[in-house]
Amino acid sequence: MPLAVELDGVSFGYRPGQRVLEGVDLKLGEGEFVAVAGPNGGGKTTLVRILLGLERPSEGRALLYGELAHRFSRRKTLGYLAQRSVLGGDAPATVREVVSAGRLAAGGLIGPLRRRDRELAAEAIARVGLEEHADSPVRTLSGGMQQRAFIAKALAGEPSLLVLDEPTTGVDVESQESLAALLDSLHSDLGVTIVYVSHEFGAVERFVQRLVLIRRSVVFDGPPGELPGVWHDPSHVHA
Amino acid sequence: MRLALGAGAVVGVLAPAVGFFLVQRRQSLTGDGIGHVAFAGVAAGILLDVAPVLTALVAAILGGIAIELLRSRGGTAGDQALALVFYTGIALGVVLISAAGALNVDLFQYLFGSILTVTRSDLVVIAALGAVGLAVVGLLYRPLAGVVIDEEGARVAGVPIGALNIAVAALAAVTVALSMRVVGILLVAALMVLPVSAAERVAWSMRSTLVLSMVIGLTSALVGLTVSYYADLPPGGTIVLVAAGAFALCAIAGSVRGR
Repeated sequence: MPLAVELDGVSFGYRPGQRVLEGVDLKLGEGEFVAVAGPNGGGKTTLVRILLGLERPSEGRALLYGELAHRFSRRKTLGYLAQRSVLGGDAPATVREVVSAGRLAAGGLIGPLRRRDRELAAEAIARVGLEEHADSPVRTLSGGMQQRAFIAKALAGEPSLLVLDEPTTGVDVESQESLAALLDSLHSDLGVTIVYVSHEFGAVERFVQRLVLIRRSVVFDGPPGELPGVWHDPSHVHA
Repeated sequence: MRLALGAGAVVGVLAPAVGFFLVQRRQSLTGDGIGHVAFAGVAAGILLDVAPVLTALVAAILGGIAIELLRSRGGTAGDQALALVFYTGIALGVVLISAAGALNVDLFQYLFGSILTVTRSDLVVIAALGAVGLAVVGLLYRPLAGVVIDEEGARVAGVPIGALNIAVAALAAVTVALSMRVVGILLVAALMVLPVSAAERVAWSMRSTLVLSMVIGLTSALVGLTVSYYADLPPGGTIVLVAAGAFALCAIAGSVRGR
């Protein structure tokens, strides 16, 4: 299977002597749906930033589709939902405006949206079930709907790799379940490689093929069914 | 008066169009910081006997880019970067203006505006630069709005955020230099911020916020100029007070609609 992501002996610290990540080896194949879990402060978000090329490893190397991640040339193929994605600014941006922003890199920067971009934005809105709210300001929607709008934004760019960092923070359990089902349908229908990062993986456990637990380094990597029972104990995971 | 109305109309539309992106990025005071650097440019122009508007434009562009670079690459917090450029600009201006021996009425036209003295050639320059500024805003609207909506997502997707930030700083600098004659250096940021804040209270989308802020800016400039002309009031201050009144009206309308 061709590799979408390859981390090879990656270590990283934000200041000298610090080790947020140490000796991380991780290979994610194209078309995989992988959950990356671990305790808060365990290095998940740092791992995401390195694999997306937003940070460079202190040691080791990070590759995206065979290229060094920080120099990756096909960035428009990446979709990213940042941790605690919130709308910037105070202007009442609508769902359609937010999702259309996802066509920026793929559809060209200068001038108005093209017809094809508008169609893809509308398709992404329909896929996350927000057609009725397309022209509503995002801030007037529930937390779960706002997350869906940002996922639609990421989808509008037709990504081959979709990375979601803590997408269920502040979202109720029902919305978490429907988000997991949505991601599962994206994976099976579109073949998108999905990396789902969360300190809790219960909602996606039954959908993902592979679970990676991070606590500074990789402490488990395999099918969720093979996860030792002790890791299901939240007190252990958060310790 | 017709020349003044023409200059006021251009600045009334351009200032909120550029200010929109500063306000959305929580950089409302950037226009003020650039204005203070422009003051140093005016002082340099008076000292060197070069057109102060030109030297102010150069200083404003350099100041705007310096604020952006300090903020994004220098490891300096946004408000500290602003303060650094703000105070250096005003201090340099005071020293240069003192060296030129020009602490007099001439200086006041740049500090508080002197729109009624705008000449036909001034208006041509203001209209041409204003048209260029608006065209750039129109062409870059989508990427600038996209960065406002989700900067980190745009960065991952390879959108050139650094270049866009520099473009906004340069646009703000041009706006400040053009607005000097209309509302003055000390009030220029108000025309970039108040119409946008007012529009946010009643708009229904991001695009409508931008368009409404330009309408409010234009109306404030024309109404303010007319009132100042007939009531013999200072034009810059009157324009800004009308914009503040528009903000109050929009805030009331927004809260009534929200009930």
